[in-house]
Amino acid sequence: MAARRVSSLLSRSFSASSPFLSRSQGRNLNNGSRIVRRFGTSSAAEEVISPSVQVSYTKLLIDGNFVDAASGKTFPTLDPRTGEVIAHVAEGDAEDINRAVKAARKAFDEGPWPKMTAYERSRVMLRFADLVEKHSEELAALESWDNGKTYEQALTAEIPMVARLFRYYAGWADKIHGLTVPADGNYHVQTLHEPIGVAGQIIPWNFPLLMFAWKVGPALACGNTIVLKTAEQTPLTAFYVGKLFLEAGLPPGVLNIVSGFGATAGASLASHMDVDKLAFTGSTDTGKVILGLAANSNLKPVTLELGGKSPFIVFEDADIDKAVELAHFALFFNQGQCCCAGSRTYVHEKVYDEFVEKAKARALKRVVGDPFKKGIEQGPQVDSKQFEKVMKYIRSGVESNATLECGGGQVGDRGYFIQPTVFSNVKDDMLIAQDEIFGPVQSILKFSDVDEVIKRANDTRYGLAAGVFTKSLDTANRVSRALKAGTVWVNCFDVFDAAIPFGGYKMSGNGREKGIYSLNNYLQVKAVVTPLNNPAWI
Amino acid sequence: MASRRVSSLLSRSLMSSSSPFSLRGKDPLMNRGARRYSNLAASLEDTITPPVKVEQTQLLINGKFVDSASGKTFPTLDPRTGEVIAQVAEGDVEDVNRAVVAARKAFDEGPWPRMTAYVNQKKSFLYVFKDLTLTHVWIRFLQERSKILFRFADLIEKHNDEIAALETWDNGKPYEQSAKIEVPMLARVFRYYAGWADKIHGMTVPGDGSHHVQTLHEPIGVAGQIIPWNFPLLMLSWKLGPALACGNTVVLKTAEQTPLSALLVGRLLHEAGLPEGVVNIVSGFGPTAGAAIASHMDIDKVAFTGSTDVGKIILELASKSNLKAVTLELGGKSPFIVCEDADVDQAVEMAHFALFFNQGQCCCAGSRTFVHERVYDEFVEKAKARAINRAVGDPFKSGIEQGPQVDSEQFEKILKYIRHGVDSGATLQAGGDRHGSKGYYIQPTVFSDVKDDMLIAKDEIFGPVQTILKFKNLDEVIARANNSRYGLAAGVFTQNLDTANRLMRALRVGSVWINCFDVFDATIPFGGYKMSGIGREKGIYSLNNYLQVKAVVTSIKNPAWL
Repeated sequence: MAARRVSSLLSRSFSASSPFLSRSQGRNLNNGSRIVRRFGTSSAAEEVISPSVQVSYTKLLIDGNFVDAASGKTFPTLDPRTGEVIAHVAEGDAEDINRAVKAARKAFDEGPWPKMTAYERSRVMLRFADLVEKHSEELAALESWDNGKTYEQALTAEIPMVARLFRYYAGWADKIHGLTVPADGNYHVQTLHEPIGVAGQIIPWNFPLLMFAWKVGPALACGNTIVLKTAEQTPLTAFYVGKLFLEAGLPPGVLNIVSGFGATAGASLASHMDVDKLAFTGSTDTGKVILGLAANSNLKPVTLELGGKSPFIVFEDADIDKAVELAHFALFFNQGQCCCAGSRTYVHEKVYDEFVEKAKARALKRVVGDPFKKGIEQGPQVDSKQFEKVMKYIRSGVESNATLECGGGQVGDRGYFIQPTVFSNVKDDMLIAQDEIFGPVQSILKFSDVDEVIKRANDTRYGLAAGVFTKSLDTANRVSRALKAGTVWVNCFDVFDAAIPFGGYKMSGNGREKGIYSLNNYLQVKAVVTPLNNPAWI
Repeated sequence: MASRRVSSLLSRSLMSSSSPFSLRGKDPLMNRGARRYSNLAASLEDTITPPVKVEQTQLLINGKFVDSASGKTFPTLDPRTGEVIAQVAEGDVEDVNRAVVAARKAFDEGPWPRMTAYVNQKKSFLYVFKDLTLTHVWIRFLQERSKILFRFADLIEKHNDEIAALETWDNGKPYEQSAKIEVPMLARVFRYYAGWADKIHGMTVPGDGSHHVQTLHEPIGVAGQIIPWNFPLLMLSWKLGPALACGNTVVLKTAEQTPLSALLVGRLLHEAGLPEGVVNIVSGFGPTAGAAIASHMDIDKVAFTGSTDVGKIILELASKSNLKAVTLELGGKSPFIVCEDADVDQAVEMAHFALFFNQGQCCCAGSRTFVHERVYDEFVEKAKARAINRAVGDPFKSGIEQGPQVDSEQFEKILKYIRHGVDSGATLQAGGDRHGSKGYYIQPTVFSDVKDDMLIAKDEIFGPVQTILKFKNLDEVIARANNSRYGLAAGVFTQNLDTANRLMRALRVGSVWINCFDVFDATIPFGGYKMSGIGREKGIYSLNNYLQVKAVVTSIKNPAWL
């Protein structure tokens, strides 16, 4: 919904026929001209705005209590605007995972969570959604502080979407149906859809609370208990909502939250013998490690949401202004830190030059700055590692002779801000057209016909999403089926309603999150068969 | 269904009288051919020559039977004697590569995923614009997916006896079981999936705003499938049926113990009109051909049935290669729980069947027989008597209940577990040794006084060895039944509805059979909790294994409703 609301804002501005960019520019002139810079401006960074929120929870949430790590160790979580320490957070390790699993195991095996009625479970989740709304400003501020995303995006799109998702899953709790099954003989057959047990969940840093909602929502609705590991870059908001869950009446041990690092806490969760299910969102390389650990331990089923290099295809009959704006949005949204970012912009040769010109103009106007300032479109990358990686890819683009239309450098001299960067004349075999950059770097490629672009779009190890821009129904129908991607957005992008399944083909992952499909990830199917004596019907 | 038909036979015999199930009464031939295992001293009679010729021994790649790239072959053996039945092409990495190229082509370019699921006539037409005029062109629908599968099922029935003979020869299972249960079930499963081909529905999805949302359920692509030797053709049908119904193409590896029947039905599939390259069958070994499938970068999905240890390797190879989606059907140590209010005679018969069916070579074998202390002594006595009466002998003889184990490796493994049972202090009630002096026959063996920590109560033995354990109350038996790394199936015997309802939820297994066992209708999902596997086969659930979900979202202008 985050993105959906943004994109419906976009559509609305289009249908009113005023281009989005001038509107946002105008708005900034009114209230943001003092503090907002275009990326081309090299003036020194101004004073960093103090977030209007206290960091209250920095310890692990285990069995209903906030506790120190068993080792007593902590790690700093940093402000991406400056690289300075926000807070020191408990560093969970194998022993903390063990404690958390024990609590979750007890809450599952002895209850009360799976033994509560579905209606009671849904009530807890609905109360939680209300509390999220009540605390939306603190949550948005904390999310923005820890991650670097714009406060407006967090407040008006992401936090409301968190509440919306939990209401969606609260509604599922009492609608988990098994089947009665036709038999070939005198048997009564039914299937029970049971909770799996203790779910391990590992979430990323790009949308900390939304990813929390995608994972925790279906697991709780289906009656599972949880050990959730947050990303070391963004541990803060999950603790806060963990506290809200306790307030909403979630029994102790049902949701345990461990902050820590992948190689320690993450690996011990993935290889734990008492964890019945694992869901991971992150990079493809780490996804492979997770699946290997599951294979080598107890064969827990694994859901993976991994990387992408999603094509955004602009056909010659597309509304070019709209396509430019949505292609910009598809790539630059959330500082380019989206697994489904439209990171290969394929444009038909007949409209290519016009598109490149307009895409460059749009990127040049992108408003970069302190994410707490009003009107800002782009904050800093999440940390120095991501920052360096993105800069490395920009250099690779230049060296491989793509045309740098704009951007290419850092914004300011503090924190991890990067100029909105556009490359044209990108070729399929360049690294910037193959690897997931996960930053504000748009790659524009030219194509001549449908067959060719289908082939090129599918020629990747990834298969997460795609954008298709055309007015032709035949083109839309054909390309929708031909693209090997889990989501195809036609004349729109990043529409993320709770009911729409999301997930990858090929090496972009296994399984689907959101929608009815997500319930499968947290349910076991049990067939129960009894003989029938003298049945009235079979 | 295999087992269901057996078990409905059983129920009928139990219902009509209190006589224990046995084929003896029905079969006058039995007394000539079959022997009780206790009849140890008698030498085996002449081995019956199977009424079938081995015709296909090469790999089936791209619609043709071909030698392996290396030219190598391996012998497949008769479990009754250990003698060679035939030399079979030994597929290796290069052959898997060839098969994948064929399957890839059949999927990416070929007619299979582009065929309609069903059409009535052979020819149909489409209106097209040609030179600015509307005209129609006749299109010959090659042969649509559903109809090909129906025709294949018909061919299976036509060749029933030949297929059954080959299955028994290669595997050692009784011919009657193959001919009357398994091969008919093969046709039944393919008709079930033929019916699914035109019923794969996506959804339209409510959006939160002005968007039209739909999901497409698409074939995944090339499916790699690795099947075991205990039910070679049934496992082929569980795998091929849903894959083909959903429009995928397949590279299937058979078990090296039982390569023959799959090659025969592979021929029939093509007779039924299957386009070349849609199903490719590679016989060969796990570490070579199997590993090549699991780690192949151009295979989009792998489904494996076999041991838990190999399942872990398969999943790891998938994780290290291209993250192909994996379905696993693995081992089990399924509890069979006899409560104090159960019909003991029926429970004894079903417990016997649950364990000894197919020479004990079932992943869902009821291999931990938990009996309530109040009926324990009676149960053990009757279970022993039933086992001693089990008819063991040449599986081609009529009336035989138990043939040989599949090969010497399994045979030795089972005898090792029997020695374990004796050494660990369990009471050997019956059996305990090989049967006869030739081939891989084992006496139906019953242990009582088995404790949870004995190896025979923990490991999957995969042979005719029943272990009987005593319990006192429900809480205890639930905890003990669940105290296993496996979670495949369970049997519950009780007349009490509360007990049945409680146990069906508490047992952490994929199938619970209440007052029955091994009911295997095509519609009933089968699969494991815990380390018994991932995913479900059969039933509507099996389709998920062979479909990708694609969400398609378009913006809508001026919607009449949302």
